[in-house]
Amino acid sequence: MDKEESVRSLTETMAKFTAYIGKRLPNDVKDKLAELRTMETNPLAKAIYMSMADNQEAADKLDRPSCQDTGVIQYFVRAGAKFPLLGELEQILHDATLGATKMGPLRHNAVETFDEKNTGTNTGSKIPWLDWEIVPDEDTAIIDVYMAGGGCTLPGKATVLMPGQGYEGVTDFVFDVITSRGVNACPPLLVGVGVSTSVETAARLSKRAILREVGSHNPNENAAKMETLLEEGLNEVGIGPQGLTGANSVMGVNIESSARHPSTIGVAVSTGCWAHRRGKIRINADLSYEIISHKGAAL
Amino acid sequence: MSRKILSTPIRDEDLEGLNVGDVVYLTGHLVTCRDVAHRRLIEQGRELPVDLRGGAIFHAGPIVREKDDGHFEMVSIGPTTSMRMEKFERQFINRTGVKLIVGKGGMGPETTAGCQEGKAVHAIFPGGCAVLAATLVEEIERAEWQDLGMPETLWVNRVREFGPLIISIDTKGNNLIEQNKAVFNEKKLPAIERIKSQVRFIK
Repeated sequence: MDKEESVRSLTETMAKFTAYIGKRLPNDVKDKLAELRTMETNPLAKAIYMSMADNQEAADKLDRPSCQDTGVIQYFVRAGAKFPLLGELEQILHDATLGATKMGPLRHNAVETFDEKNTGTNTGSKIPWLDWEIVPDEDTAIIDVYMAGGGCTLPGKATVLMPGQGYEGVTDFVFDVITSRGVNACPPLLVGVGVSTSVETAARLSKRAILREVGSHNPNENAAKMETLLEEGLNEVGIGPQGLTGANSVMGVNIESSARHPSTIGVAVSTGCWAHRRGKIRINADLSYEIISHKGAAL
Repeated sequence: MSRKILSTPIRDEDLEGLNVGDVVYLTGHLVTCRDVAHRRLIEQGRELPVDLRGGAIFHAGPIVREKDDGHFEMVSIGPTTSMRMEKFERQFINRTGVKLIVGKGGMGPETTAGCQEGKAVHAIFPGGCAVLAATLVEEIERAEWQDLGMPETLWVNRVREFGPLIISIDTKGNNLIEQNKAVFNEKKLPAIERIKSQVRFIK
């Protein structure tokens, strides 16, 4: 393939993949929802879980976006420094969003700030949003696609605590966000927590946390323990699906962290709704690909 | 058990017997109406292009496909976060005479007061179940204020047994999600204390 053809091919793959993940949930989320459904005894909660399952089935059958809010498209790129289309990737993902928007169809969710006009293309200044990590020597790229819906973006919050507040303060912060604004964000949520040095580093990590699989754990023992404690504690609150009470509250709590300034604890929460639409794909140097998040998916 | 069905135009007496937590369905017209439409009516004093007396609105921004014959097809339409409209809803009920507000999550004390004054209710449709909802739309009859773009246009939908709609604010001043939140806030205290005793990592 010459370069032009390569660009066209990867654009098409990414457009199809972006449209695909708006219609079908990743395996880990699907499995967790099925598990939570069986744990429910409250009839209203059970009925809502049934509506969710029926909806996903209908979306698959009718080939439609399962939720009308197909979000602002975000791509989290982990690319090898030797990935052949590294320099072209930004344009490719922009064009993939345009393609997916027609294919899906996706809702037009890009409003230019200050001009306050919907662009009508689902793209705009710095949208789709790209987050980059470059890996030395590798020639593949792993791309996470995320549809950041409005409802589950609204609870997002970040702050900087004083060290005296400690991880006890982190606990208060997480519970406060989830039991107040999280209730309206289509629970059961996947809760992402960033523990870091400042607001923006914590916020970025909290978003990366919800890209991690449901049920996975932070490699640090204390962080992993805190994930479990927060998950169990939040579940005891019994928020249930849609905040209408039930046996559980969340799909899980994932924590991502970095070192911090001795004087600060940056903490942030990002939430993914039950319809947590994300996908992970590995693109090889020859542009063949492997879909990691959705087993057996065909584009 | 037979379904409780509301039909537009909805009368006061259709709603007076409803309590929070009841499940109903809607047959008739359901008009999408969200952030900017509320702002235009309340802040800018513009007339809504749809008569909502006895009507039902849906806090929703759907995906709609324009077919070759110029008609619109409802692809995906789930509720959006109702709380965003809290700032306007009491006046909105008062100005329009709307009877049923469908959305997602709870609304606040202003809407609760508005529902009591105007004999209206707020109901929750399960969020994210947008294809289910779209299959209950028989036809998009009109599209008003299309200058607002796809999510904000007022889509006038004819629906049949649209639901489940869980009453979250009734005409008597009860607010289900606020009641639930009070329970959540009480339940969270022992959980938080237990966790705090186990996360004293700074020594």
